[in-house]
Amino acid sequence: MSSKIKLNTPLKEEEVIKLRAGDEVLLNGVIYTGRDAAHKRLLDLLEKGEELPFDVKGQIIYYVGPSPAKPGTPIGSCGPTTSYRMDPYAPALMKIGLKGMIGKGPRGKEVVEAMKRYKAVYFAAVGGAAALIARSVKSSRIVAYEDLGTEAIRELEVEDFPVIVANDVLGNDLYEEGIRKYSRRK
Amino acid sequence: MKQIHVGSIIEAVRNICQEANFYLGDDVQRALEESLKIEESSTGRTIIEQILENAEIARKHRVPMCQDTGAAVFFVELGQEAQVVGGDFTEAINEGVRQGYREGYLRKSMVNDPLIDRKNTQDNTPAIIHTCIVPGDKLKITFAPKGGGSENMSVVRMMKPADGVEGVKDFVVDWVKRSGGNPCPPVVVGVGIGGTFEKCAQLAKISLLRELGRFNADPRFASLEKQLKEEINDLGIGPMGLGGRVTALAVHIETHPCHIASLPVAVNIQCHAARHKSVTL
Repeated sequence: MSSKIKLNTPLKEEEVIKLRAGDEVLLNGVIYTGRDAAHKRLLDLLEKGEELPFDVKGQIIYYVGPSPAKPGTPIGSCGPTTSYRMDPYAPALMKIGLKGMIGKGPRGKEVVEAMKRYKAVYFAAVGGAAALIARSVKSSRIVAYEDLGTEAIRELEVEDFPVIVANDVLGNDLYEEGIRKYSRRK
Repeated sequence: MKQIHVGSIIEAVRNICQEANFYLGDDVQRALEESLKIEESSTGRTIIEQILENAEIARKHRVPMCQDTGAAVFFVELGQEAQVVGGDFTEAINEGVRQGYREGYLRKSMVNDPLIDRKNTQDNTPAIIHTCIVPGDKLKITFAPKGGGSENMSVVRMMKPADGVEGVKDFVVDWVKRSGGNPCPPVVVGVGIGGTFEKCAQLAKISLLRELGRFNADPRFASLEKQLKEEINDLGIGPMGLGGRVTALAVHIETHPCHIASLPVAVNIQCHAARHKSVTL
């Protein structure tokens, strides 16, 4: 594995197209959180032709529902949630400029295709490494849907957030390739 | 008759809710350290190293290892010579959960009804409580918080007795294969065989409470556990499903006699934190 690549948000297309499945990346800058309920609301807005609570162009959405912050800390433990539940919503967000998603677990075919079409990538974070990831988060503020509690959309400022490129713009899928490489089944 | 006051139950539950979420079990720590020696994938090793570093941070700062601090599942063994006094037993467990999750800054993940409202209950109650009456005068409470990611990768199948050992093996291995990276491997695979529809599901979950490194007391099932672990690790799923040698840290089987027409089998997958904590009053 090559050394870690540092990336700043918002992501530029010329940087995104260079990433390859298997690359280890350290993310820096602002990212947005959103999971099941927030995605449903974002898509409802898109369907009605209304403006989203934040501009997704060049941005990354992190699928996470953090635990409550202890006093004096910006956020609680905040590891990734399983991504396939966001599959029905992801292509529409890439279509309007979303460049990255962070989560855990493989994505469906339509999402992989959308990443090729709209030049976006999917990063895997380590599920359960939630206390470690929290140390990369320097600040957190709620941008929308406070009523959703842990599922609210937050803007996080991150420093060296460790992720692995799971799907790139060429359609490479580390979930498939990694498993094929190590499978001993006939 | 020994009397156990609900106040001591509330306090005990409050404490184990936090301990189970903050501290990785010694057996799990050892199993993960061992897995690091076996793992050939560099991505896989990076992931296991992060998991171990994460456990260290959580322990030191008393923060949850995972943001998903789970549905609050309890297994209770109440001695028949003990009497719970001072209030409602179920409410005492729920109050312990309320206090433990609030004071420990644990995430509240329960919704009030599963289908229509899905409103968060804000205190992680109600707990899911399995109670068993046993000899003696002790009260043993085991807390096993279960995250959504791994719990969603669970199944019960009513197999045919003719499916036999091979049928059961294929079913379990295929199920783990289909689950891939979703339940946060390296996992512990809990398998319940026998009983009835609901009994085998409970057995699968109970098997997850067993210390890693211990096998089923029946050598035939111990052997099946080892075979299943090998076949599962041959799948190549690896840490977090990104490919590698280590998919399962262990496979635990629990069995129960069953009906002449039945062969119920359940698979309940546990993530790499394998959280559970017991207290005896």
